[in-house]
Amino acid sequence: MIGLLVRRNLLFILMSLEVMLNAAGLAFVVAASRWGQADGQVVFIFILAMAAAEVSVGLALLLLLYHRYGTLDIDVVSRMRG
Amino acid sequence: MNWLFYLSSAVAVAATLMMVTRLKAVHALLYLIVSLLAVALIFYVIGAPFVAALEVIIYAGAIMVLFLFVVKLMNLGRRAVEVEHSWLKPGAWVGPVVLAAILVAEVVYMLVGAAAKGRMATVIGPQQVGMAMYGPYLIGVELASMLLLGGLVGAYHLGREQHIKAESHTDDVHTHDAWPDSGGDLVRAGSDRAAGAP
Repeated sequence: MIGLLVRRNLLFILMSLEVMLNAAGLAFVVAASRWGQADGQVVFIFILAMAAAEVSVGLALLLLLYHRYGTLDIDVVSRMRG
Repeated sequence: MNWLFYLSSAVAVAATLMMVTRLKAVHALLYLIVSLLAVALIFYVIGAPFVAALEVIIYAGAIMVLFLFVVKLMNLGRRAVEVEHSWLKPGAWVGPVVLAAILVAEVVYMLVGAAAKGRMATVIGPQQVGMAMYGPYLIGVELASMLLLGGLVGAYHLGREQHIKAESHTDDVHTHDAWPDSGGDLVRAGSDRAAGAP
């Protein structure tokens, strides 16, 4: 979360997002282990699929941003002109 | 074993902190891979071996390779060799190697010891997870498949548009030879795709 707030590089923001999703999945799996149920692991698999879809679209956007502006600074694209 | 859990948790926290504070992307990626492997070891210790295998295969295997390819794609050029040479200094890989060596030592300890030695809680195997996932959570599986299809189509769309635009910018002669219908430099990318097959 700190990485998402502090860094202005889009690649670091995506990596911090992965860490946050991973932390949420860790909480689910630990809860499943505590109660002896398999439901938390199922939710972790859903989080895994969501992270895969999110990172593919995010990295495609990152390459588009890099080829258009030559940088990865997300402050460059804070002025959207529609 | 409690101390296995705490040791891999400490490795995960340290690797994640180092990942957030690195300045170069490849160094941060190395620490992030170590952090994901540490989390996989935590999963194994607390009795979720299927999820641990998925974490190693999909997170550390597929998603991190995707990040790595993007980092490599952004460094195509004349200076790429010098930049990669500066990435391979010993200060860059000593930290991840030390953290990964701790994890390898834990795995070796668990392999050498008895089979059920490293588990803290009851093991929930792949069979129970599969029964739960394709039983009451079947609609979630369908939704995840639709989400993955959406991600695939979105990534293909974004990558295709960027590819054509870059190609028409770099060499004009080749573009005019390939698509004779596109008149002038100011033609919009994609407007000459009507005659083409895909």
